[in-house]
Amino acid sequence: MAKKILMKGNEAIAEAAVKAGCRYFFGYPITPQNELPAYLSWRLPEVGGVFLQAESEVAASNMVYGAAGAGARVMTSSSSPGISLKAEGISYIAGAELPAVIVNMMRGGPGLGGIQPAQSDYFQATKGMAHGDFRLFVLAPSSVQEAVDLTIDAFELADKYRNPVLLLADGMIGQMMEPVSFERSIDPDDLPDKPWATDGAEGREKNIINSLSLDPAELEKHNQKLKEKYDQMEKEEVRYETYYLDDADIVIVAYGTSARISLSAMELAREEGYKVGLIRPITLFPFPKEIIAKTSEKIDDFLTVEMSTGQMVEDVELAVCANNSSVHFYGRTGGMIPTPEEILAEIKKIGGGK
Amino acid sequence: MKKEMIFAGFGGQGVMLMGRLVAYSGMTEEYHVSWMPSYGPEMRGGTANCTVIVSDKMIPSPLSSKPDIVVAMNLPSMLKFVDTIKPGGKIYVNKSLINQEVERDDIEVIKVPANKIANELGESRIANMVMLGNIICREEFLPLDIVKTSLKEVLPPHRQNLLEINNEALDRGCALA
Repeated sequence: MAKKILMKGNEAIAEAAVKAGCRYFFGYPITPQNELPAYLSWRLPEVGGVFLQAESEVAASNMVYGAAGAGARVMTSSSSPGISLKAEGISYIAGAELPAVIVNMMRGGPGLGGIQPAQSDYFQATKGMAHGDFRLFVLAPSSVQEAVDLTIDAFELADKYRNPVLLLADGMIGQMMEPVSFERSIDPDDLPDKPWATDGAEGREKNIINSLSLDPAELEKHNQKLKEKYDQMEKEEVRYETYYLDDADIVIVAYGTSARISLSAMELAREEGYKVGLIRPITLFPFPKEIIAKTSEKIDDFLTVEMSTGQMVEDVELAVCANNSSVHFYGRTGGMIPTPEEILAEIKKIGGGK
Repeated sequence: MKKEMIFAGFGGQGVMLMGRLVAYSGMTEEYHVSWMPSYGPEMRGGTANCTVIVSDKMIPSPLSSKPDIVVAMNLPSMLKFVDTIKPGGKIYVNKSLINQEVERDDIEVIKVPANKIANELGESRIANMVMLGNIICREEFLPLDIVKTSLKEVLPPHRQNLLEINNEALDRGCALA
């Protein structure tokens, strides 16, 4: 096993990108993700890569568009307001079917908001992000090690589906240090073939990277093709983790930082005799609706915990609606993080399980 | 075994490093560890703190609403965190900078003249290591040697010349325990 090192989430994701064979990064600074570009600013040149701080987020995301079109493994990172600025470019990247990895270390909003952790960009991340009918593949780590593993997976998934992949975390995951090990390392010279890339047409037909399609019938065909891709993700790529579903009477649904806190709440509740279980979505798109639906066949009460006023809760409600389970919600916002005790109080309010 | 600790003080007092050393040493000893800094718009002279958890089990929340131990390097930190400590917990107080008494009788108060000893060693900036040496030798869940090794690994190359005096500070703090 590789040696464990103590690293901040932001830096660990940066190193994971290098380990994934990523050699191009274009970004623009914003708290709380600055350690990520800061790390790559020295690390990428060390491995012969390119780190570039663009003049704006809009420019950075268009640089990602260009590099991805040329077939490069490329990444950008930002935090909430910066992601909104990048959204235009991301729509083009999705439209042109290009692989790229985007990191959003969420902070409180709307507008400039604050700099403390939040999960207020769930809708933006999972419901298309920008104009046009598209989806990002969205991964939500809840520890630094998982952030490392999912970063490497993100590059592989982006290539597999020719689709942008969003790593959605928050200021807490970015700022905290935990032990990590880097087990996987991908040779940048040994990446999957990209016969569609615009990397020089000598000796072959020219490739075109484009998101403009003026013929409605053609564009509809394209939309359907994208839809098939998203359907395949929903069929094949759903990831989640479950705790105590066998004997639970109440099930918490939470992702990322909220899931970490909820695990503590679950332990407290179990000490007091409340039979609480937990479902932690790891992919937010594709959303693990089947396991939630199946669980709702025998569970009457779900509690969704988020650092927002309630976004993922809508997907949980959709997933359980056939069985009429109640979906309760607890959220903190603006950079406030729920405490295990607050979540325990919600569990007691629901009252079941004891 | 699970210790939830908060290290707090002025920016520049080295509270983040104290926490990092505990986390790093815990990792070396094969515990689960987490280190979570406050990252507000702090600056030198402002307040800073970090939460460190060392546990023999997976750590669910890396935050602590009821810490076992609070380390207060200055008065604002003591006032901010003293009421959060678990009954039966401990507060380490930097006696050199804090005159006020702790008004709880359900926690143990340990007073360490961290700056005084650091000044005796001729380097006021190592008050954090005096305090850390005391904590390590009093709590006994991590060996002091491991903390010293961790310090060597954590210090950047251009700071390695400070190893010796930091180790001395750790020893002096330990001797007080």
